[in-house]
Amino acid sequence: MNNQGNLLTVTPSPHLHSSNSIPAAMRDVIIALIPAFIASVYFFRISAVLVVVTCIVTAVVCEMAAQKLMKREVTVNDYSAVITGLLLALTLPATVPLWVAAIGAAVAIIIGKQLFGGLGNNIFNPALIGRAFLLASWPVATTGWVTPIDGVSTATPLGIIKESLGSELPNLTDMFIGNIAGCLGETSALALLLGALYLIYKKHIDWRIPTGYLATVFAITAVVGMTKGQGLSYPVFHLFAGGLMLGAFFMATDWVTTPVTKKGRVVFGIGCGLITVLIRLKGGYPEGVCYSILLMNTLAPLIDRYTKDRVFGGGKSHA
Amino acid sequence: MKKGTFKGGVHLPGYKDMTQGLGIVTAVIPDKVYIPLSQHIGAPCSPIVQVGEEVKKGQKIGEGKGFVTAPVHASVSGKVVAIETREHPGGNFVPCIVIENDRREEWEKTIKPRSNPQDLSPEEIRKIVFEAGIVGMGGATFPAHVKYSPVEGKKAEVVVLNGVECEPYITSDHRLMLEKAERVVAGLQYIMKSVDCSKGVIGIEDNKPDAIEVMEKAASGVPGIEVMSLPEKYPQGSEKQLIYSCTGREVPVGGLPLAVGVVVSNVGTSVAVAEAIEEGKPLIERILTLNGDGVKSPANYSVRVGTLFSDLIEQSGGYTGEIEKIIAGGPMMGKTVYTDSVPVIKGSSGVVVYKKKEQEVFKERDCVRCARCVDGCPQFLEPTTLMKLAKRQQWEEAEKNYALNCIECGSCEYVCPARIPLLQYIRRAKQEITAINRAKANK
Repeated sequence: MNNQGNLLTVTPSPHLHSSNSIPAAMRDVIIALIPAFIASVYFFRISAVLVVVTCIVTAVVCEMAAQKLMKREVTVNDYSAVITGLLLALTLPATVPLWVAAIGAAVAIIIGKQLFGGLGNNIFNPALIGRAFLLASWPVATTGWVTPIDGVSTATPLGIIKESLGSELPNLTDMFIGNIAGCLGETSALALLLGALYLIYKKHIDWRIPTGYLATVFAITAVVGMTKGQGLSYPVFHLFAGGLMLGAFFMATDWVTTPVTKKGRVVFGIGCGLITVLIRLKGGYPEGVCYSILLMNTLAPLIDRYTKDRVFGGGKSHA
Repeated sequence: MKKGTFKGGVHLPGYKDMTQGLGIVTAVIPDKVYIPLSQHIGAPCSPIVQVGEEVKKGQKIGEGKGFVTAPVHASVSGKVVAIETREHPGGNFVPCIVIENDRREEWEKTIKPRSNPQDLSPEEIRKIVFEAGIVGMGGATFPAHVKYSPVEGKKAEVVVLNGVECEPYITSDHRLMLEKAERVVAGLQYIMKSVDCSKGVIGIEDNKPDAIEVMEKAASGVPGIEVMSLPEKYPQGSEKQLIYSCTGREVPVGGLPLAVGVVVSNVGTSVAVAEAIEEGKPLIERILTLNGDGVKSPANYSVRVGTLFSDLIEQSGGYTGEIEKIIAGGPMMGKTVYTDSVPVIKGSSGVVVYKKKEQEVFKERDCVRCARCVDGCPQFLEPTTLMKLAKRQQWEEAEKNYALNCIECGSCEYVCPARIPLLQYIRRAKQEITAINRAKANK
């Protein structure tokens, strides 16, 4: 028979590949963000939809345009720009002017991602670059917090603490469900946790980073809480307040900008926790999640270098 | 029953349903067999027969020089019609002895059952294993007598039999354990005796509960031998990972299993040892799984060494259509061959045939640092880092990152969402490092 006269394909092993791919993983991240999106639409109504759509469309268009201009392969069909847009939208308040949101998405994609070389080569989390840019450029427009559903101007829980505004803090149940003032995607810890569990189940994110992050925030604020005589409600408040849940599960776990070693991921999470608490309690801003992750992004390669695993059969670590 | 596992690794689809329930079928003995003179790691054999000479089944027809080698034997009786260089399943060209089958199936006269197998000394067992040409039948093809020989200052404490069979599609060891369980245990006892140790472990992946049950029954009442169920995970059957799973011992970097008091053999090797000792049979046939969507009737064959892949494929009803690849071995570590006219050798546990399909459109992308390769590496390496070093040709740095410790299991490449040929980059690094080190040594 001799293969019907044809020579067969010769390739190096392995000859089997998992169905895992970048677009498939990105789709899963989008699925994981759907509960948070639904929660934001429930709490902030049509303005949430408008902000999210603006950010996603701008991100995708900018990615396409940037790749065309730089004569690179256009890879918008891998959904990564959609995620950047969606994540940025979830870090903005419902009242943000849409043109501001669009500029944020453009900066995230063009400066945060494409100028570094595209997906895989960016040093910083692109969505957070967009958010940091907006916060520095339009501090008022990006902090126009309103109450859920009726949309009355108010302060966020962290803002209340920071400015010692004296208004009453929301109860913890409302904070868990998301019935509080804040960014679109930050408010509902419940919705974020649902998505995070899905990503951990699908093995797209590692539990080490969020665990290290949340545990650090909890531990430090628990000690502070005790000195203030507020007991456990204080650290729990800090867990559910602000962008911590969104940051810990969806930003600090970004593949590209975080360490690849297991130990390194723990270190990364702890570092994020330390900086977050430092900014929240001692810094000028009420919230420190965004800057803590961006700062730790810069350290990711260094953390990788010093947390190398020992080789199997090699005894000690070879860091 | 004890259980054990290793760190890292990946979960693979098994693709074993097609053949694991099929009993071993005797493959048609072909009119001509092609016996490569090198079917093992070590010195290749030189022919000791001439073209035109009549040979008997089981007659030694090639032998090599030195200690690390294994003789080859005629797998049929008949006439030597050629000694020529032919394609080998390892991907290279190797001299082969071609024997025309006279269909008389006459055994070499000296081959007969031994009356006193229990009284053999360790030296005698090793001599028989060597003379029978037995090599590691899991695919590594390392001469078995070398493994069983004592090393100054090292004591074997446990013999681990590898019944894991973690490669997808392959079910030859599974069937062998089901159908020759007593032989597996008997072989293990001879191996234990030859290395002078009293403990034996048979490690089997838990996707083969029937094999575990049958082997436990066969081993019950045999002192010192236990069966271990190992969770299904690739590469559980890799030597170092298997040792860790079964004994909790880590073979040191660059060391042999004996450094931690372990000797490992495949279950198929164990059967070959038992047959050589009890019946005097040299290694001239083995169990092989022919599988994949490219062949009509996948099967587990008992096949003579030197049978061409094409003979087996014909017996299985031929191809299902146009085919893409034939893999000698399993899909994770096997090698593709460009023709089906390659012979079965002692280490051939399987042949997998892939049908031609729509070309997958996945293109290699930049690494997204997802670290799945790092988590999946059973050797605790960083495949993504090694890939980047190889791209920059930083060979020294790659060596410092333990590139040479890669066992080429392919787990990293299997899980990579960016579809980067990670293993190929690491292979390149290993070659360059080895070349540099050799040049240094020659200076």
